[in-house]
Amino acid sequence: MRKLLALPALLALALGAGACAPSTDAPAESSDSRTGTLRVWLFDEANRAAKEAVVNEAIAEFTAKNADVKVDVSYLATDTRAEKYKGALNDPASAPDVTEVGNTDLANFVASNGMADVTEDNKKWAEAADLPADLVQTVTVADKAYGVPWWIGVRALYYRTDVFTELGLTPPTSYAELVTAAKKIRAERKDMLGIAVGGLYTFGALPFVWDAGGDIATNSGGTYTAAIDSAASKAGIKAYTDLFSPEICPAQQCVDLTGGGTVEAFAAGRAGMGILGNFNRSAVEAGAVKGKYGVVPLPGAKPGSIAPAFAGGSSLGVFRSTTHRSLAVEFMQLLASKKYTLKLYDAMGFVPAMKSGRAEVIAKEPFLKPFVETMEAGTKFVPVDKAWTTIDAEKILPNMLQKVITGKATVDAAATEANTQITAAFGK
Amino acid sequence: MPVWLLLPALAVLVPMFAYPLYQLGLLSLFDYGQPQVSGGEPARFVGAGNFSTLFADPAFWTVLGQTVVFAAGCVVVTLALGAALAVLMTRIGKLARTMLSYAALTAWAAPAMTGSVVWMFLFDSNLGLVNEVLGLDGYNWLYDRTVAFALVGAVVVWHSFPFVMITLYAGIQAVPPSVLEAAALDGAGAATAFRRITVPMLRPLIAIVVIQSIIWDFKVFTQIYVMTRGGGIAGQNMVLNVYAYQKAFASSQYGLGSAIGIVMTLILLVVTLLYLRALRRTGEVL
Repeated sequence: MRKLLALPALLALALGAGACAPSTDAPAESSDSRTGTLRVWLFDEANRAAKEAVVNEAIAEFTAKNADVKVDVSYLATDTRAEKYKGALNDPASAPDVTEVGNTDLANFVASNGMADVTEDNKKWAEAADLPADLVQTVTVADKAYGVPWWIGVRALYYRTDVFTELGLTPPTSYAELVTAAKKIRAERKDMLGIAVGGLYTFGALPFVWDAGGDIATNSGGTYTAAIDSAASKAGIKAYTDLFSPEICPAQQCVDLTGGGTVEAFAAGRAGMGILGNFNRSAVEAGAVKGKYGVVPLPGAKPGSIAPAFAGGSSLGVFRSTTHRSLAVEFMQLLASKKYTLKLYDAMGFVPAMKSGRAEVIAKEPFLKPFVETMEAGTKFVPVDKAWTTIDAEKILPNMLQKVITGKATVDAAATEANTQITAAFGK
Repeated sequence: MPVWLLLPALAVLVPMFAYPLYQLGLLSLFDYGQPQVSGGEPARFVGAGNFSTLFADPAFWTVLGQTVVFAAGCVVVTLALGAALAVLMTRIGKLARTMLSYAALTAWAAPAMTGSVVWMFLFDSNLGLVNEVLGLDGYNWLYDRTVAFALVGAVVVWHSFPFVMITLYAGIQAVPPSVLEAAALDGAGAATAFRRITVPMLRPLIAIVVIQSIIWDFKVFTQIYVMTRGGGIAGQNMVLNVYAYQKAFASSQYGLGSAIGIVMTLILLVVTLLYLRALRRTGEVL
């Protein structure tokens, strides 16, 4: 019984030590010093030296104009990026002034009060008119701009030119043709998937939903309403999950593939087609199918149409806690300008967000044609809301797809369940 | 014994255990996510709100149910295997015994992460050794819920049976030969002596390995998280700890995650207390 005597003492100590309830402090506001060091966070890349060269050129131009300013760039490793951002959001002292941000993360940063509103600054920016409206949407929360789109990546349909020629197939121009081609490939080449699709590949599935006229959620006046259980969305879900049949991409093999998994399967020559991005080109070139593939836009249900692609990519923004607000905006706009996005394309192959920039790179590089066609047909995006972080982290969409693929639920039941979960995420 | 002698233990336990637990309890009463951590929105006191959200979520009950079944299965198999091998160790030659203990110690020493990844390589659908040997090309071990749980369970058992085996082997070795000899003289066979002498004398040790195994297997995280990529196909292999992690850290709902943590702590506390009580009833002093 003696042990129990410790309990009150322990409780008393604990209560005494811990009067620290969760903080409700107001966050720091921006100030506007014109000198000192401007801290910049950019994403690390496999071939960072090329990116660094472009950024250094921009820094040279920037410091030539602002002599008293130093620019200090950190390249964030992919694995630890989320932690760095959490730190920056929690503690202004460890936050950068300018940052690159994955476009799906931006809304959560805004909700966390991390990003500065740059609506007015963008209005004054000469090049702002060159940004396409669909991409501007990806940095807009409740009608305010919290950054500028930097570069964009979209997915299209990669196919094996050698297999298509041998089997007398032509690149599909509709969903029905895609299914026919995929079945024929698997029937004739037993060890190949007709098309590599994945149950965890949300951005592979969404084009089918969007093409059917559905969406994750609809936005009216800044409020999102879950819409994944609409008839149109369900038609899209069915179109995608129907591809997981034994004659195309057997559920056993494909249900737990991620987007990366489908890239691997296609690059290794295990698939006749795949929904891959322009940014996956180097992986495919490094694989067994080098020189044996072509790309066309992912077809929609209507013959000749293009299924809307997810507007992936990255944006630039200014942290709200910056102490160099004008300089930070200036540097952000410089990096995002047509001049430097074109240089970035030459170095890294990232397609510029700017309309005129895109036009120039496509003239240079025929490989990009199907991707630019896809972009011009209009891209779509996930809800620009902090709820997206929850929807993504709780795997609501992949769970829905996997339930349908494994036959654990009908399209109706899975979509209804996902819709309830998405509604709950928006309600938080 | 004077109570103040507990102070050194308290000096460690309070900052390392009581204070975090107190914070966990406090957080579980707030709506506390990333926007609240970074001050974008105020932290809102929701009382038992996180708990009622949790208990109203059918997914939570499913996860809780399968965690209990999975943990119970792992505990039973771990104890049976560990005990059987401990007895085996007392019966085999020195060389075989050394080899068995080295094999077991290696499994024990392997970090959960490494073990899980290596097993995943072995059971990979397309390139795995197991499918190659069995000729099951393309068979996905994670496709079926039970098969996936069995596979992960095997890894959990593989990681934890050495502890049971070594502990019980040491216990069996420590049973005084004179007692066993006396039993033999009274006409007890090997089985009776084991049941009537060895097991009762090992009871405190068995209590420790049982409680340890329950706590470990109920809290299993790494194996599920790594092998089923965070909960399996459509979340079919989710267990409570991974569920808490997903809520708290992946989707930044620290309040809700803390509530799950509190529920887990309470369940384990009850299990431990029940077990200690049962032991006390039988007259053992721990």
